[in-house]
Amino acid sequence: MKKKLLNTTNKLLWPSAAILIILILWQAVCSAGIVQKFLLPSPIDIAAAFISDFPLLLSNSSVTLAETFIGLLLGIVIGFLMAVLMDRFNGLYKAFYPIVVITQTIPTVAIAPLLVLWFGYEMTPKIILIVIIVFFPITVGLLDGFRRADGDMINLMRSMGASKMQIFRYIKFPGALGQFFSSLRISVSYAVVGAVISEWLGGFNGLGVYMTRVKKAYSFDKMFAVIFLISVLSLILMWVVNILQKKCMPWEKKK
Amino acid sequence: MAELKVSDVSFSYDNITTVIDGINIELNENELVCILGTSGCGKTTLFNVISGLRVPQKGRVILNGKDITGSPGHISYMLQKDLLLPYRTIEDNVSLPLLIKGEKKKDARQKVQDYFEKFGLQGTQKKYPSELSGGMRQRAALLRTYMFSKDVALLDEPFSALDTLTKSDLHSWYLDVMDKIRLSTLFITHDIDEAILLSDRIYLLKGKPGKISDEITIKEPKPRRKDFNLTKEFLEYKREILAKLYNSRFADNNG
Repeated sequence: MKKKLLNTTNKLLWPSAAILIILILWQAVCSAGIVQKFLLPSPIDIAAAFISDFPLLLSNSSVTLAETFIGLLLGIVIGFLMAVLMDRFNGLYKAFYPIVVITQTIPTVAIAPLLVLWFGYEMTPKIILIVIIVFFPITVGLLDGFRRADGDMINLMRSMGASKMQIFRYIKFPGALGQFFSSLRISVSYAVVGAVISEWLGGFNGLGVYMTRVKKAYSFDKMFAVIFLISVLSLILMWVVNILQKKCMPWEKKK
Repeated sequence: MAELKVSDVSFSYDNITTVIDGINIELNENELVCILGTSGCGKTTLFNVISGLRVPQKGRVILNGKDITGSPGHISYMLQKDLLLPYRTIEDNVSLPLLIKGEKKKDARQKVQDYFEKFGLQGTQKKYPSELSGGMRQRAALLRTYMFSKDVALLDEPFSALDTLTKSDLHSWYLDVMDKIRLSTLFITHDIDEAILLSDRIYLLKGKPGKISDEITIKEPKPRRKDFNLTKEFLEYKREILAKLYNSRFADNNG
């Protein structure tokens, strides 16, 4: 127990120290007037802006987070269904896998205004964009996991007379869980960023809208405050995924 | 009457190169029969046919008077790899065959409990495979095989991946368990000592395509003496088998 505690402190100690040093240097550069204040706010200015605008940031985050969650959920469901179907029917795999890859080469910044044009300024275009971003890692991760299932294991199941559904349920799905959670970790951070980007390009509330507003007002301290908040939100979501993974895969920690 | 009868089975993967040719095997009740052969002579192919995973071009597989050629789900099959699912506890791994047959999780768990002691696995019920030694995992794999079918089991080199000491440990364990559960078993090995030690009869499979060349009955009564593998009779059997295997290779070399 003590050793574990020591380990965590050790793990946290180094990056915390590094971040602290960077912050001190940053503050020093700003205080000494090496960089103009309106170009780069100091960490203390940012903290002050964060605190003074906190209620506004909070209400905007709730909108962004709502979009993120709905988009994530839909993206996971769609990604999962696509992976299952493409694994089950090889024809679908051949037909759709290239298309799935192509969707990822479309720059989000380019497609977001179109989505706004088609679906309006409310949540719909944002959620669609998040779904487009999120389903890809999920589909690819799960497919990879399904396909990695041990051929001998599948043969053994078949020799016991298992149906394809049973092979999926007992072998392929649990075997792909690790892959799924790795993909999900990527997806959650993409989802937050995706929500913010889609808000830049049209909308009434959300962290992205707040960001464009403060940028236009040249309030770079507030700009940094919101960047900080977005990072923290992404980190919290990734942490939640880690906890979920530990809960869903109890055999992993016993290794 | 023979419990399992393989009559005149031939198989080729591409209809051109025959892998096994005209195989005749009989397995009587409570008998342990070995198929001994060098690697590449089609042992595993033969098992795939017997278990129903592959359909032979010629011949029949009869289990208790019923034709089961090409239909999996009648005979239990165990491979060299233990193929325990890392994400299921040992009791859940062992009850997998029952789940495939449509039993409820609770009932399946209940049913397997009685066998843990018989198989020398007491206390491992709630453990994950990664927490067990290679020998224990192989025991669990055999129990899973047994849970699938108490009639006939096919074991494909089940002990060959283990170190010598664990192997000989498992041999005596195996004879002991077999004495208790009386499972008719067809056993593949390339280890001559193992074949003589465990079997009632040995078929020699050799050549390309693989054919049964000889049948040797081990007359040593069961349960066998602890030092059977150090006796003169044992050596005589070994000499006989070596001669038969060696002659064939010699003949092969001459064309």
